Amino acid sequence: MSSFDWITQLLYIAAAVCFVLGLHLMNSPASARRGNQVSTVGMTLAIATTFALVVHAGTITVTGWIVMIAGAGVGAGAGLYSARTVQMTAMPQLVSLFNAVGGGAAALVAIDDYVRLAGATTGLPEATTVTTILDVLIGAVTFSGSIIAAGKLQGVINGAPVTFPGSRAVNIAAAVVGVGGGIYMITTPSVPVLIIIILAALTFGVTMVMPIGGADMPVVISLLNAFTGTAVAMAGFVIGNWALIIAGALVGASGSILTKLMAVAMNRSLRNIMIGGFGTGDTAPAVAGPGGDVRSVTADDAAIQLAYAQKVIIVPGYGLAAAQAQHQAAELAALLEERGADVSYAIHPVAGRMPGHMNVLLAEANVPYPQLKEMEEINPEFPRTDVALVIGANDVTNPAARRPGTAISGMPILDVDQAKSIIVIKRSMGHGYAGIDNELYVNPKTSMLFADAKSALTQLIASVKTLVG
Amino acid sequence: MSTALLTDIAIFVLALLVGFEVISKVPATLHTPLMSAANSIHGIVLAGAMLIAVTANNALGYILAFVAAAFAAMNVVGGYVVTGRMLKMFHRSRAPVPAADRPAAVDGRGDGGRA
Repeated sequence: MSSFDWITQLLYIAAAVCFVLGLHLMNSPASARRGNQVSTVGMTLAIATTFALVVHAGTITVTGWIVMIAGAGVGAGAGLYSARTVQMTAMPQLVSLFNAVGGGAAALVAIDDYVRLAGATTGLPEATTVTTILDVLIGAVTFSGSIIAAGKLQGVINGAPVTFPGSRAVNIAAAVVGVGGGIYMITTPSVPVLIIIILAALTFGVTMVMPIGGADMPVVISLLNAFTGTAVAMAGFVIGNWALIIAGALVGASGSILTKLMAVAMNRSLRNIMIGGFGTGDTAPAVAGPGGDVRSVTADDAAIQLAYAQKVIIVPGYGLAAAQAQHQAAELAALLEERGADVSYAIHPVAGRMPGHMNVLLAEANVPYPQLKEMEEINPEFPRTDVALVIGANDVTNPAARRPGTAISGMPILDVDQAKSIIVIKRSMGHGYAGIDNELYVNPKTSMLFADAKSALTQLIASVKTLVG
Repeated sequence: MSTALLTDIAIFVLALLVGFEVISKVPATLHTPLMSAANSIHGIVLAGAMLIAVTANNALGYILAFVAAAFAAMNVVGGYVVTGRMLKMFHRSRAPVPAADRPAAVDGRGDGGRA
C-alpha cells in the first residue's frame, strides 16, 4: 500500500468512528444534537476522502466529473428542500423516501460493478459475485418497497392492505426468479439475467409492501431501514470499502432492533405481519357499542374534572396526529400545569406512524421531553393519577389485551383503566385497527367526549380558561 | 475464500455487534430521530456512487453514475438536515422557541419557561 492508500483508509476508519460516536450520543435527548453533528463531521470526512481518491485515481473523464457533480448537486438540492419543508406529521414518508434512494444507490453501485466486470474477459471472482448479487437484490427490493410504503403513508396509494387474486403467487414467483437468477449468475456471468433479477426484486418489493396495512407501517419502515443498511454494507464488500461496510452494518443493526421492538409492541410476529392480517385503515364505521353503558360527557364537564385534578396523564394516539391536534394538547397541558397539576404524556411504542413518531410531534408542540414517558416508565403511575386523558388512542388502552382469546391478547398496553378517572376523546365508538370493542369505554370510571380531537381540545381549553377566571 | 473477504466479513460482524450495543441504549423518545440518523449514515453509499464515475466511460456508465450520485446525495444531505431539525425541537423545559416553520399555535405556552 502506498502512503496515499494508508491515509485514505485511516480517514475512512475515522469516519466510521464518528458514526459510532454519533449514534452513541443519541442515548439522551440532551446530547443527541451533538451526536448528529459528530456524525455529520464523519460523513464530510468520508466524502472528502473519496473526492481525493477520485482525483488521485486520475482516470475520471471530464464527462465523468460533470455527471458526478451534477448528480450530487441535483440530489443534494432535492434532499435539502424536502428536509427543510416537510411537516413533522409527514416524517415517516420522508424517511421512507430517503431509505428508497439509499437502497437504490446501493443497488446501482453493484449493477455498475457487475456490468463493467462482466464485460472483461477474465470473468468475476466468485466472492465478488455473491455480494454483488445480494446488493442488487436487497437494494432493489428496498427501493420499490420503500417507495410503496411512502406512497401509502402519503395517501397516494391506498393505505389499507391491497391484495389481488394471485398476488401471493406473484410475490413467491418474484422471489424464486430473483434468488434462482442470482444463483445462476454466480457460475455464469450474464447481463440479461442481471436485468431479470433486478425486475424480479423490484416486483417483490411492491408485492411485499402492498398487502401491509396502516397500523403495521412502523414495522415495515423499520424493516426496510434494516434492508438498506444491509444493501449498503454489501456495496462496501463490492467496492472494498470499510466505511460502507461499517456504516451499513450499523444501520442494519438499528433497523433490526427497531423492527423487533415494534413487532413486540404490537404482539405480532414479523411473519404474521408480512403475510398480512388485520391492519385496515382507522376509518372503521361506527358499530354498536360494546355491552355495558357508555357515559358521554360534554366538554364543560370534562374540563371541570381536568381543572381540579392533581395529576393528569395524557395518552396520545394516532387520532391526535391525524387531527394535527398536538399543539392544542400541549396548550391544554400547559394550562393545567399553570393551575398546579402534574402533567405527563404516556407514549406507547407504536403511537404514530413510525417508531417514536409521537415524541417528535409533541416535541414540535413545545412539550418538554422529560414529560414524555415510555410505557414501562408510566404504567406504575396510573393508579396515582386523577385523570387519564386518552386522545385518539384505542387498542393500546384496551384491557382486553390482558385476557387470552382476543385479537390483541398479550399486546403490551398502557394501564389507563387503573387511573381514578378516565376521559376519552374520540369521534365515535368505532373500532381500532384490531377491530374489537374497547372495554375501557364501558368502564364506570370512563367518560366519553365524542368529538374530533382538535375541536374537543379547543373546547376544553376554553372551558378550563373560564374556570381559571 | 480470500483473506480480504474474510477481513471484510469480520468487520461487518463486529460493526453489527457494536451497532446492537450502541443502539439498544437509545431511548424510545428518540427513535424517529435515530432512524433518520441511521438513514443519513447509509448515505455513505455516496462514496460508492462517486467511485462509479471514476471508471465510467460510456453512456450507461454515465447514467448510472448520475442517478446513483443524485440518489445518494439526496439521502445524505436530506437525512442530516431533517435529523438536525427534529433534534432541535427537543427541549428539557418549555423554552420560548417559536420555530420559524410553525404557525403561532402554541401561544398559550405561558410566560415562564417552567420545567
